[in-house]
Amino acid sequence: MKNSIFEKNTLAWIGIIFITLILLIFQDKWGWASKYPKELIVPFSDWINFSMEKFIEQFGWFFLSISWLLSWPIIGAQWLLHSLPWIVVIFLVCFIAYLSSGVRLALFTLSATFYMVLIGYWEESMNTLALVIISVPMAIFIGFGLGVWGFFSKRAEKVIMPILDIFQTVPTFAYLLPILLLFGFGTVVGLIASILYSFPPMVRNTILGLKRVPDHIIESAIMSGANTKQLFWQAMLPSCKKQILLGINQSTMAALSMVIIAAIIGGTADIGWEVLYYIRKAEVGQSLVVGLVIALMAIIIDRITSGFAFNSDKAIKDSQYLKNIRLNYLGFAILVSILLFIIASFFQVLADWPYNFSIWVSSHINDFFETFVKTFKTQIKLVKTYTLFFIMLPTKIGFQQAVSPFTWGFQLEMVHKIFYFISFIVVALWFLKNKKNEIFIFLLLLMIFLYFGLTNMPWLSLLLIYSFFALRVGGYKLALGTFFGLGFIVVVGMWPEAMISVYLCGIAVVFCFIVGTSLGIWAAHNSVVSAIVRPINDTLQTIPLFVILIPFVMLFKIGDFTGLLAIIIYAIVPSIRYAENGIRNLPSEVIDASKMMGSTKMQLLFLVKIPLALPVIMLGLNQTIMYGIAMLVIAALIGTNGLEQIVFIGLTDGNMGKGFIAGISMAIIAMIVDRITKTISEKRSEALGLSIK
Amino acid sequence: MKNNVELSKQIKLSCRNVWKVYGDNSDGFFSNNSYAQEDPSILSKKITEQGHIVANANVSFDVHIGEIFVIMGLSGSGKSTIVRCLSRLIEPTVGEILLDEENLLGKSEKELIEIRRHKMGMVFQNFGLLPHLNVIENIAFPLKLQGLKEKERLQKAARVIELVGLNGRENNFPMELSGGQQQRVGIARSLAVEPDVWFLDEPFSALDPLIRKQMQDEFLRIQSLQKKSVVFITHDFQEALRIADRMAIMRDGQIVQIGKPVDLILNPKDNYIRDFTKDVPWESVLKASDIIDKSQKILQKAKEVPFDMPVAKMLPLLSKKSMGVVVVDQAGKKLGMANAQSFVTALATAEN
Repeated sequence: MKNSIFEKNTLAWIGIIFITLILLIFQDKWGWASKYPKELIVPFSDWINFSMEKFIEQFGWFFLSISWLLSWPIIGAQWLLHSLPWIVVIFLVCFIAYLSSGVRLALFTLSATFYMVLIGYWEESMNTLALVIISVPMAIFIGFGLGVWGFFSKRAEKVIMPILDIFQTVPTFAYLLPILLLFGFGTVVGLIASILYSFPPMVRNTILGLKRVPDHIIESAIMSGANTKQLFWQAMLPSCKKQILLGINQSTMAALSMVIIAAIIGGTADIGWEVLYYIRKAEVGQSLVVGLVIALMAIIIDRITSGFAFNSDKAIKDSQYLKNIRLNYLGFAILVSILLFIIASFFQVLADWPYNFSIWVSSHINDFFETFVKTFKTQIKLVKTYTLFFIMLPTKIGFQQAVSPFTWGFQLEMVHKIFYFISFIVVALWFLKNKKNEIFIFLLLLMIFLYFGLTNMPWLSLLLIYSFFALRVGGYKLALGTFFGLGFIVVVGMWPEAMISVYLCGIAVVFCFIVGTSLGIWAAHNSVVSAIVRPINDTLQTIPLFVILIPFVMLFKIGDFTGLLAIIIYAIVPSIRYAENGIRNLPSEVIDASKMMGSTKMQLLFLVKIPLALPVIMLGLNQTIMYGIAMLVIAALIGTNGLEQIVFIGLTDGNMGKGFIAGISMAIIAMIVDRITKTISEKRSEALGLSIK
Repeated sequence: MKNNVELSKQIKLSCRNVWKVYGDNSDGFFSNNSYAQEDPSILSKKITEQGHIVANANVSFDVHIGEIFVIMGLSGSGKSTIVRCLSRLIEPTVGEILLDEENLLGKSEKELIEIRRHKMGMVFQNFGLLPHLNVIENIAFPLKLQGLKEKERLQKAARVIELVGLNGRENNFPMELSGGQQQRVGIARSLAVEPDVWFLDEPFSALDPLIRKQMQDEFLRIQSLQKKSVVFITHDFQEALRIADRMAIMRDGQIVQIGKPVDLILNPKDNYIRDFTKDVPWESVLKASDIIDKSQKILQKAKEVPFDMPVAKMLPLLSKKSMGVVVVDQAGKKLGMANAQSFVTALATAEN
């Protein structure tokens, strides 16, 4: 090869860049090229609204009766939890916590639940808990059934898996839309949404667990004379108990987070509603106090269920002796409960915490934050404006518009423009000379992109760039999927909003990936860092999303910047985790061999460890993007402008069609990015001959 | 124990022309009966060329009542597949498996479960113990599947625990046991139903060499008490020699040679077999009866040795008595003379 520019793919890229430039130059003349013409937008949302209306006219009674039926167990559970004195409920929860993981968790549970009583949010907490208690068994039942079916029937698996993908990528708010219309307002909507949202992890874990049962166990059970039923119930299921319990853990967490999110439609009088109420009223102190209840609840439920999963091995060991004690445990629990019940009937405080006993800490928190914000006013403002002017605006609208005397302190003159383009092109050409064609192309694209801004890029050329990239990564199937998926977004007229979502999420993801991966690598080499980072990550992953928003709203008010920070803090977790795991779990022979060849620490890191861990790090990127999108949806609450906002407005206005289409568009973007990053990771690990789970 | 086989030649389990082919159209190659006329190697090659995988090609052998039949082969030779075909854990593509002269392949799923519950036991390389059950529950598991009452099955399980020497370990869980102990549990479980046929699929391959030797002795001891009809799979030629009454060597899914260990050593069929036999310590494999010099007349006065005495033990005798020794069988009948010269002759034939 004489000149690397003549390589086929590079030529194709240059062609695409050329088209992009032409479209940009003539964008004033060809309006259709930069903005998809309004007349051509397919009114999908109207169709959906119309058919939904007709559908409800016909079958609405059916769903309403289901709704009526399902409301009974909720009412029952709420009645039970309310009529029991709080001290009895606390005792029972602590007792379960003790059985799951021992004294420490029980003590934590005790103080956490007492906190709920103390601040006067016991009733709301119990409403939330009631929904979770009712929805989880249903989700587990459905999930387990589908999982078993999917395991035994390949055809069923082929149908179930894509449905799970859709359920898990469609933004949470978008779920609520059709459910709201079909089942009417009220707690039942929360129940159904949380069942739908929480059964997929159960299905996945059931299938995974059953698949992982070793062949020799199955064969030995068959040779012991097990028939099909015995094989399943007595050999396979007990062997994958842990995985199934993990599924229950994940389902429960998903159910809780959906119950909280469902509070947005109101009428539930639960804890999620309270938090939202105070966020909207900008009473940050109170929202933090109440938000803490959600966080504590999530932590307790997570620790209890995961405790049962991880201690399932230990439980096996004691089973002989547990069989005898189990009855005693139950008896003990009932006895103490009755005792407490009687005591509580004498001392009213133990049954209903008097309102005026409740501690009001929120005003102190408010004061504290106010002083904090006042003291550091200039710094806070500086951070906010700098990020806005130098990172967010250029990405969104390009240097062309972002640079102005008001923002950067000078006008963009011809000199600057020439300097900008020439320096980019020179560097790019240098890479081309060194046969780094990919970097050459990347720099050229970056140059155009930063100058004009994401939202100003013609939709046609972005469609081409994304599809061709997908083609290079994953072949024709992926490219076609990308093309038609993004094409759908264009055709339904959601493209501009989609680009705003991509812009916000994109900045967050790039930042998370760079900082998070570095942190992860550091943590892999330093046990102190690791020990500090891990519990923070754990907590961030357990807390329901919109509690994370609260402190940022306090400091930076509402808006894009706050949304960005919230996404970053949540989506950075997988980047850290995967990088640390990837580096820590490398084959030790390779590391030892490299050390024996005399590599320095830096050489070892950059020439051996990072390249080998790359597939895992790429999976971290994948997860970071997924987390970012999940948080983006919630960030709509604090006034961002992308697709997520349309979903949110659709929900509050009851405009199902538009909101739903926006939700599907987000799901499409999520799925495309997911496939592309996963394919890159898989290809890398295949090339390295490593297997990652 | 080993030599009692000679007395009973009754066939317990028989494998007739069994093929196992993996692929989309595996049945297609056997749809008409003309395949039986073709040379198995040629047919096997033809099937492979069409993108199918031949795991077993035309495998036939008999297992006699009370004998230890070893199937030896390197990895990928099809030995694990054939033992799974025998127990129908894998469906053979074509062929016959006769247990007590009844074709197993004709049995319904229900009948098969009955057969597995009462006539077959199997030991696995990776033990196949259920992690959620303790030792005694694991052993009693097959009995539980049959619906036996708890008391009865624990009683039966206790008996086999005794047999494999795991007393005192009843309430331990598999993860708390060493590999050797886990396999004892596996052995006990496979014997709990008192089966006629006992399959062992590389039972000791996952164990350390020293433990392996112990377990082989243990296995021989148990077999001497139980007298099952055994199919034993291994990739270890030495192990096969130690325990086999008769053995088959497999390669590329086919059986290369079947015979007593000594037959294989003295008359290897081809270079493949010879490669295995090359490093065998002859003096411990050859028995007195293997080095009889037929041309020499029986000397009545010569010292008598039993026919199954290993040659290694005879060597001092042979070096002292130049005229040789008389080999006698169990009944005391004189079989013939053996001397230093005949030993060397036997070695020479084997080396070639």
